[in-house]
Amino acid sequence: MIEVRWHGRGGQGAVTSVELLAVAAIAAGKFAQGFPSFGPERRGAPVTAFTRIDDKKINVRSGIYEPDVVLVLDASLIGLVNVTDGLKPGGKLVVNTAKSPDEIRKELNFSGTVATVDGTGIARKEMGVPIANTTMIGALLKVTGVMELDAMKESVEHRFGRIAQKNLNAMKRAYDEIKISN
Amino acid sequence: MGKRIGMEVAVAVAEAVGLCNIDMAAVYPITPQSHIAEHLSDLVADGKIDAEFVTVESEHSAMSAVIGASGAGARSYTATSSQGLMLMHELLPIASAMRLPITMAIANRAVSGPLNILNDHSDIMPQRDSGWISIFVENAQESVDMSIIAFKIAENKDVMLPVNINIDGFQLTHMVEPFEMPTQEEVNNFLPPFVPHATLHPAKPVTMGAFAMSDYFAEIMKAKDEALKNSKKVILQVWDEWAKMFGRSYKPVETYKADDADILMLTMGSMGETAQMAIDELRAKGVKAGLIKLRLWRPFPFAEIKAAVKNAKKLIVTDRAVSFGGPGGPVFSEIKSAFYAEAQRPLIYNYIYGLGGRDVPVGDFTGMFEKVLADAGNKAVDTYEFWGVRE
Amino acid sequence: MALKSWRELPIGCVVSEPGSASEYHTGSWRSQRPVWNDSKCIKCGICYVFCPEGCVQQGEDGFFAANMDYCKGCGICAHECWPRAIAMIEEG
Repeated sequence: MIEVRWHGRGGQGAVTSVELLAVAAIAAGKFAQGFPSFGPERRGAPVTAFTRIDDKKINVRSGIYEPDVVLVLDASLIGLVNVTDGLKPGGKLVVNTAKSPDEIRKELNFSGTVATVDGTGIARKEMGVPIANTTMIGALLKVTGVMELDAMKESVEHRFGRIAQKNLNAMKRAYDEIKISN
Repeated sequence: MGKRIGMEVAVAVAEAVGLCNIDMAAVYPITPQSHIAEHLSDLVADGKIDAEFVTVESEHSAMSAVIGASGAGARSYTATSSQGLMLMHELLPIASAMRLPITMAIANRAVSGPLNILNDHSDIMPQRDSGWISIFVENAQESVDMSIIAFKIAENKDVMLPVNINIDGFQLTHMVEPFEMPTQEEVNNFLPPFVPHATLHPAKPVTMGAFAMSDYFAEIMKAKDEALKNSKKVILQVWDEWAKMFGRSYKPVETYKADDADILMLTMGSMGETAQMAIDELRAKGVKAGLIKLRLWRPFPFAEIKAAVKNAKKLIVTDRAVSFGGPGGPVFSEIKSAFYAEAQRPLIYNYIYGLGGRDVPVGDFTGMFEKVLADAGNKAVDTYEFWGVRE
Repeated sequence: MALKSWRELPIGCVVSEPGSASEYHTGSWRSQRPVWNDSKCIKCGICYVFCPEGCVQQGEDGFFAANMDYCKGCGICAHECWPRAIAMIEEG
């Protein structure tokens, strides 16, 4: 089972991402959970969302305390929130930022695998809006290898209709352009 | 054959209800039920289901509206949580007294005060004596299945009682997870049309909800109690029919590795699946632990509880509500009462946990078992304890 | 009439015969009764409109009288009658 914790701000689409990912994983025949942190969230407030994906039934319903991967949708949260809290030894940190993995590693005093990609920049280019949530799904899939990128196609199309293709383009770019440093 | 899909549970519940040919729904939104209300109103507005969605000004009105509609012969539905359910409180015994087969989803949420929008069972427990059939679900599949099954149970001519389905708010309602959505054709084959026992109709006027004096009231209450007790056989029958049609079978008390267990835990609602993992961990360590999951709350399944507990020496009842200044958790006191007259009964413990959305990881469940196992002198038996509370 | 056992009650206590309240003759509650003086009556029908029991009836001659099976003697008809054609008389 892979457990991912997403860090974002309310309104950035972290919850949408975990939902899309879960729906896609289930459609691909896997078992998955996608759920938000359950607080009175409002736009701009730090939020967390969670993903679990497994090939067998997932029984645990509690929160994720020791994620395999942490994905930071908004780099301004670094320093504000302890984003690497509980990250398993050997776990991976994925950050939406124009900075390099080494810069992030230094900033966080973190010694594990770091992957960065300028998701916001890609989203702006491909979709015209700086909303990187779907873009960063591409980053997550590249880093974890949990699913093929085109497994996302149907759930994104169902959710986004006319603008689905732009989301998928951005997702692919993040998938291709992400820099992973061990 | 239904398709295996991933969907948010609350949305899935609305979709499932949408398959049931309801005539009307009056749903007042409240977190964490709101996605049920919103999606159901979308289905009506988009013309996907042919029903009246009555927008009311409060939950009290929502329950009043479904009572009136059901009285007129409409298949009626509502959903709520917490304070909304508390607002409906005065009408719940009326719905059951009038024998109206309303179905309602409750997205279980803590009752104020203080204000808390997160999950526990303090909203449903005060409704215990209302005369409704009350069922608890654990996951997306059960939420969907029971939402459909509820209508068939409620509308059975030997039942004619309202049914509430308890779905852990946020924990379950806001979870995207896999399940099979029955097809419209399958639901059509399962659910017959609603034949009311009486209707408000100008062609044949009747009075519903009349006044009764003390010369009749006791007999009326006895009749209601008998109706609720007798509904159990229909509930089992309907679950059996569902099993035959869909291959998914449900029991009033579900068990997990309970047969040869020395020490058992009882859970209700979505916590059960996490607790299962604790059972596995304990078994791996050589502890003969087991789990019983109470699915049918009212009518209370006395026989099934006794059968499930069998020879266990200790039983840990977990409650997500407490009766302040009383005997502890409501489930604990009912289980104790069920065993009072038994010659052989386990030592029963009670932990009050998961209040106001407090997360309960697997470690908490194993912790509860370990604490009870360590209680060699049985000092904490028959008492209740708030689990994990900072002293 | 013997009271029913709990088994004999209609489901949901639905009262399925409409108008069954008419079997209950509330006229026995009366301590005064209304008496119409037809020479003063102008046949306006106000007494019929105001009777809370709905038991004031108009005869074929157009004059009014209360149905003594149901009249509780509340006196509202007498109070509202502006030609003062109704008197409340003590029940014998």
